[in-house]
Amino acid sequence: MTTPSIEAVHLSKKYGSFLALSDLNLKIEGTKCVGFLGPNGAGKTTTLKIFTDLIRSSSGQALINGINVHTHKRQALTSVASLIETPEIYPSLTPREALTMICEIRGVQKDERNNRIEAAVKEVHMEEWIDKRVGKFSKGMKQRISIASALLSDPSILLLDEPTTGLDPRGMSEVRDIVKSLKGKQRLIFMSSHILSEVSEVCDEVAMIDHGKLVVYDTISNVTSRFSGGENVVEVGLQRQVDPSIVSKRISNLPGVVSAEQKDGKNINIRFSGGLDVQERLLSDLVHMNIGVVSFKPSSSELEDVYLKLIKDTL
Amino acid sequence: MTANIDSNHIPNSFTQIGITMKYTFLDFLRSRRFLILLAITLLIAGLLTGIVAWRRPESFLSSDLAFYASWWGMSVTFVIVLSGIFFGGDAISGEFQNKTGYFGIPNPIRRSSIYIGKWLAALVASTVILAIFAGITVGNGIYYGFTVPYQFGESLLFAWFYLIAVLGFTFFFSSLFKSSSISILMTIILFLFVFNLIQVLVANFVNMEPWFILTYGAQIIGNVLTVPYPAHEVTTHVRQLSITTYNVTIPEGLVIIAVYFAVTAILGLVLFERKEFT
Repeated sequence: MTTPSIEAVHLSKKYGSFLALSDLNLKIEGTKCVGFLGPNGAGKTTTLKIFTDLIRSSSGQALINGINVHTHKRQALTSVASLIETPEIYPSLTPREALTMICEIRGVQKDERNNRIEAAVKEVHMEEWIDKRVGKFSKGMKQRISIASALLSDPSILLLDEPTTGLDPRGMSEVRDIVKSLKGKQRLIFMSSHILSEVSEVCDEVAMIDHGKLVVYDTISNVTSRFSGGENVVEVGLQRQVDPSIVSKRISNLPGVVSAEQKDGKNINIRFSGGLDVQERLLSDLVHMNIGVVSFKPSSSELEDVYLKLIKDTL
Repeated sequence: MTANIDSNHIPNSFTQIGITMKYTFLDFLRSRRFLILLAITLLIAGLLTGIVAWRRPESFLSSDLAFYASWWGMSVTFVIVLSGIFFGGDAISGEFQNKTGYFGIPNPIRRSSIYIGKWLAALVASTVILAIFAGITVGNGIYYGFTVPYQFGESLLFAWFYLIAVLGFTFFFSSLFKSSSISILMTIILFLFVFNLIQVLVANFVNMEPWFILTYGAQIIGNVLTVPYPAHEVTTHVRQLSITTYNVTIPEGLVIIAVYFAVTAILGLVLFERKEFT
């Protein structure tokens, strides 16, 4: 069993005089979800397109499981499924036919195909459209079928380019759930997104890119603590209203807590200094205070702050 | 569940070509363009049937060969060019413009397999149209009491070779442009106007055999139905003006068709391999 990996080695891409990627070096290894962040034109989609043979690099190498995508595409993409932009499917085909084509191309055994197709289509909630022609589908429906196609071959690596684009809020939530469930199935997921809350919610690590250069690659908690003076922020959700004095007197004085801010009656932002040990103890302390803790998660606005700081810094 | 890196055995490239061909052909068969091309082919055949039935032209009904030369020889190249435009005009450019390439390319399949699979699908779909037109031709010939001359078999084979070359050419043009409408328009202009114009100008005014024009090579389709086979070079003197007409020989015609196919197929394939989905 190989540990899934993707690696950009001195990867550069020029479009005429515009340098879309500039000597990008990035190695992602293991089973996890990595968010790929950056402003428009930073090189996110370009990177993903190079890894999926949609474009070629001007120099450098794109390696998947150590195999060069451009010289050994078939071997390199065997264990990869991807969703780049919003693919169109031949309009006269039905999802069942289009997905059967992908199964056949990927060598899914004949006796497994129907089960896999129906499971993938069920996962994206398109069962009742499975035998209707794709030409009549909306953009969001096509996106769901494309997501289903990415799930078909049981890939160990998923490359997703803004996978929730074009979907309604329910669809976006469902895609996030799919990505989270794939994380549980030991996959390497590399996902570009503009939605920082989505990345905070779904991803373990984050790679930020700007002007074609890698700005940072680390776990989300390391990135946020490193660029916010060693401090982290968690958002605590409560079941019931809490007295402001509890926040200002008791929570603010818990070990490691730098500040506590009541956003509204049922939500508190707590800034603390320290790593995962402090975070674990903080959660335990809050639970023991019997204030009705129902959620405890790293603040998405914190990642946003770091993002804005880093991207601004490179301008 | 553990990551399943090698659980699927990727089929070889030949199998993947067959898979691409199968689903592209299915898409063609169900598409409006297939129905439109079928309707145009039936319209051409219907017009010919009507004209021959009503006017009973001597040029059509004097002999077996005259019938096939007039009916088939005059119209089949038009049907072939239309097939090339309908099935090849946007076959590759559509992958970029319509974004269907984003669905297929990022899979473990060579681009050449996709190109060849789509080309074969276009060939099969066009062959269906050609066969329908040939069937109607033969049906009419039998109705008027003509036997099917062996030269018609040769002509049918040459027509199919020409179809192969036309599809090679249209696929090349389709690879050249990212816009479907431009690639279709360029193909129409070239095959219906430019090639014929250059052929006439070169032969009549430069007195040079237009051996480098595909439509010139395609003349073997009609010429083989003329017995004896037309002379290679015919000069007609009208007052002080001498006009030279060239008739392509069968070996020459086959070489022109083969070279056009080989060159455009290779160029089209190379272009598609290098083209980027930007």
